[in-house]
Amino acid sequence: MSLAKRIIPCLDCDNGRVVKGVKFVDIRDAGDPVEISKRYSDQGADEITFLDITASAHDRSTTIHTVEAIASQVFIPLTVGGGIRKLQDIRNMLNAGADKVGINTSAVLNPEFVREAAERFGSQCIVVAIDAKCVSKPGEPKRWEIFTHGGRNPTGLEAIAWAKKMVSYGAGEILLTSMDRDGTKSGFDLELNRAISEAVPVPVIASGGVGTLQDLVDGITIGKADAVLAASIFHFGQHTIPEAKAYMRERGIVLR
Amino acid sequence: MTHIAVIDYGMGNLHSVAKALEHVGKEAGIALQVSVTSNPEVMRAADRLVFPGVGAMRDCMAEIRHLCLDEILREQVKLKPVLAICVGMQALMQHSEENGGVNCIGLFAGHVRRFNENERDANGDPLKVPHMGWNRVRQTMPHPMWAGIPDNDYFYFVHSYFVAPAAPNEIAGETDYPTPFCAAIAHKNIFAVQFHPEKSQSNGLQLLKNFLSWDGKA
Repeated sequence: MSLAKRIIPCLDCDNGRVVKGVKFVDIRDAGDPVEISKRYSDQGADEITFLDITASAHDRSTTIHTVEAIASQVFIPLTVGGGIRKLQDIRNMLNAGADKVGINTSAVLNPEFVREAAERFGSQCIVVAIDAKCVSKPGEPKRWEIFTHGGRNPTGLEAIAWAKKMVSYGAGEILLTSMDRDGTKSGFDLELNRAISEAVPVPVIASGGVGTLQDLVDGITIGKADAVLAASIFHFGQHTIPEAKAYMRERGIVLR
Repeated sequence: MTHIAVIDYGMGNLHSVAKALEHVGKEAGIALQVSVTSNPEVMRAADRLVFPGVGAMRDCMAEIRHLCLDEILREQVKLKPVLAICVGMQALMQHSEENGGVNCIGLFAGHVRRFNENERDANGDPLKVPHMGWNRVRQTMPHPMWAGIPDNDYFYFVHSYFVAPAAPNEIAGETDYPTPFCAAIAHKNIFAVQFHPEKSQSNGLQLLKNFLSWDGKA
């Protein structure tokens, strides 16, 4: 079987600018999401995830223009997440050139929204983003719960059951972020990822915690992820996508 | 000036297809007009048609019938090169298993089936459905639409259903997931692909570029 595993750089954008900092050696304007997306695509990224962290809904027209601009120049799949609350938000993003939308908080607040979205637009474009945190004490069986608002708000929802429910409602893919690992560079939460990936029939994207190229390998081989998402190791020029692919290929992972 | 009509029936990502066509037209130095349209007269006037599609088949077919696009397609496929993409390809078959069973346009004999989640992938894990990501396409016949594209190279797929044409000699490309399925159909002036050329980077852009100059003959 030749379906390749995917490497997905993630751009966090606020009001049309990439935040969290992105440093390519020879790009003057490091904050331009269009230029950055194009660079990643040229390097062989398999997809781009664009996370809109713009606070006000009013400024989201900027996001639509940015998505349009990316889609005019970058011919690989584009997922847009952040602020997707209504069917019209999804239609706007798809019309602007997004291939998939990521739904996070709105899924927790109203699970039926995921069902309606999948029925209207098809499961293939509905990615449910799950932010999970380990809540079990050392020595207890592992248990992860869903958090919203960047990991601040607990929901009491158990992560594996939630992932299964979202898939039964029509999610075509799960973007799984470990809130314990996000930003730590200590690697994915492999146990969490494996537990979710084995529990659902749809692809799972591992996210949160990548610090080394070996972390990407582990996410796939141990965490059973279908795709790995990373921001900082690529943004800061620590590694390029071709380096990551070469490293992973040497370890037997099928990549494009 | 080549005029391409991208058929719009309110489903899916038409911007990407139109932008990708404009991009390759510009690169190839071909003067191109791309219209995203549901107007039969624009389709009749166009030199070439692109029939894309994303979404659930029941809704797609409902919109296609509502806009009488099935009639226009039946008429226009006799006259000009047509490229069908993803659900657009599936809609050309007789029938789809999706949404409990949907009758489709029926230009090609055969059915649209769902991947079997009970199958195992190469690692022995249960098969993930949708089939989402980059996979290799074996070119099972020589065709002008494959010009400049390496055999067995990667294209981007995202789908849970695939077409099973009744006429195997019309299969132009195959992909394994884990068993081979039809990734492309060629029949006279119709070329239909399950993958998304507009999202398949250089290979996809080459295929779209080939479409701009294809005379509609195999």
